[in-house]
Amino acid sequence: MNQNGYARRSSRVAARRLGDEVVIMSIENTAFLFSLNRVAALIWEAADGMTSIEEISARICSRFDVAPKAALEDALDLVKRLAKHGILQMSDTPISAANDFVQESR
Amino acid sequence: MSSLLQEMNANALKLGIPLGVQLDLTYRCNERCIHCYLDHDDQGEMTTTEIKDLLDQLANAGVFFLTLSGGEILMRRDFFEILEHARVLAFCVKLKTNAVLIHEKEAERIQALGVESIQVSIYSHRHEVHDAITKMPGSLRRSLDAIRFLRTKGLRVIIANVLMLKNIQDYPSVRALAEELGVEVTIDPTITPKMDGDRSLLDLNIDQAALSRVFHDQDLVGDVEGFHSPPSTIDDATLDSLPCSAGHTACYVSPYGDVYPCVQFPLPSGNVRRTKFLDIWHHSPQLNEVRSISARELTGCSKCLNLKSCTRCPGLAYMEGNMRGPSTQDCEKSLARTGIPSTNLLSKKPTLAGLVQIGRLPILQSPVTA
Repeated sequence: MNQNGYARRSSRVAARRLGDEVVIMSIENTAFLFSLNRVAALIWEAADGMTSIEEISARICSRFDVAPKAALEDALDLVKRLAKHGILQMSDTPISAANDFVQESR
Repeated sequence: MSSLLQEMNANALKLGIPLGVQLDLTYRCNERCIHCYLDHDDQGEMTTTEIKDLLDQLANAGVFFLTLSGGEILMRRDFFEILEHARVLAFCVKLKTNAVLIHEKEAERIQALGVESIQVSIYSHRHEVHDAITKMPGSLRRSLDAIRFLRTKGLRVIIANVLMLKNIQDYPSVRALAEELGVEVTIDPTITPKMDGDRSLLDLNIDQAALSRVFHDQDLVGDVEGFHSPPSTIDDATLDSLPCSAGHTACYVSPYGDVYPCVQFPLPSGNVRRTKFLDIWHHSPQLNEVRSISARELTGCSKCLNLKSCTRCPGLAYMEGNMRGPSTQDCEKSLARTGIPSTNLLSKKPTLAGLVQIGRLPILQSPVTA
């Protein structure tokens, strides 16, 4: 995936913001708990499947004192690491925001 | 507890965030367990809309761990609608159920929605014992069938094995059954009073001899010698410590919207039908009183030799009449663990003959009560 790629939060996670941080647990593997610092939390919250990684890294630059190249590299690195654990989806094209849970209820 | 989870708890405490909430969806149940602390009549449960609104509030308040319990959660026809809403809000959901209403279709739906775990109550591997406790013929077979359905879907199942006089000798076989099913098991030797204060259920509790046997079972406690090591000296850190998470980073909400510090701590602290959850959480005088209590202020307990290793439950103490006082059931556990009677037990000794067998320690060789 390149800087024009997209990332979307997986629906197979539990996640909550605690102060500056975001805590995430994969439902598929509850043995792992992830804690994202405030920069990573911003990337997580922006990963809606429709906002490109480049746009997300631009948001980081506008909020934090970080060079654009470093912000983009860090964002890409984080997305890849989280995707490896199944808590983010990556794609070269926008990812639909359809509700993953919608099924016939009882 | 993992270090990250500890850190998460510490952060939540510092930020005043209710990290974990147990929400009982209903007190109605299809079983009639002899040890149950609830009244099963419907006194006006929250509607689907009210519960969804409450879940929105809990998510905004920062709740991460959401336990959905009852009663029997599947007695609510809107259960899956509620669970779906909870998962859309990204809660880490734990379910507590007797599972008798879970078949393949329900297991599949739970898997699709994604939950952290499903806790299923199993009292014995023997049908006649389990079904006599639930007062529902065929309940063990149905619960075990459900566990198999859930396991087939790859879900994490935890068997909850509550110990009482009727089933104390069965827990090793329940553990073996859990292993066979590929599920985890927790053992709980505590029967609590009814929420209305009726203490008659306590007669079902295992006695001191059986408790001591449980606490000396290496399969349960691991390092038996370490587990039973003499209590260490009381220091300032112990005296300044908080009793448990109840009211600090966790609370309980009943099917009627009543908020309590914990399911086992029925101190009415507000109602979400009248007041927003966060207002109750931050401003309830009752919750703030619970938060103000450190070990230093505990009547009797602060000077008790067992203080440092005691699992004193403030809710059980409250149900005994004083939230700053001792919980006799935990005093008995401390006695079984350290061999040292607590300050509370010593003060009660003359009246406890026959209830707590203080004079018979050590009691390793005592027979297990059937």
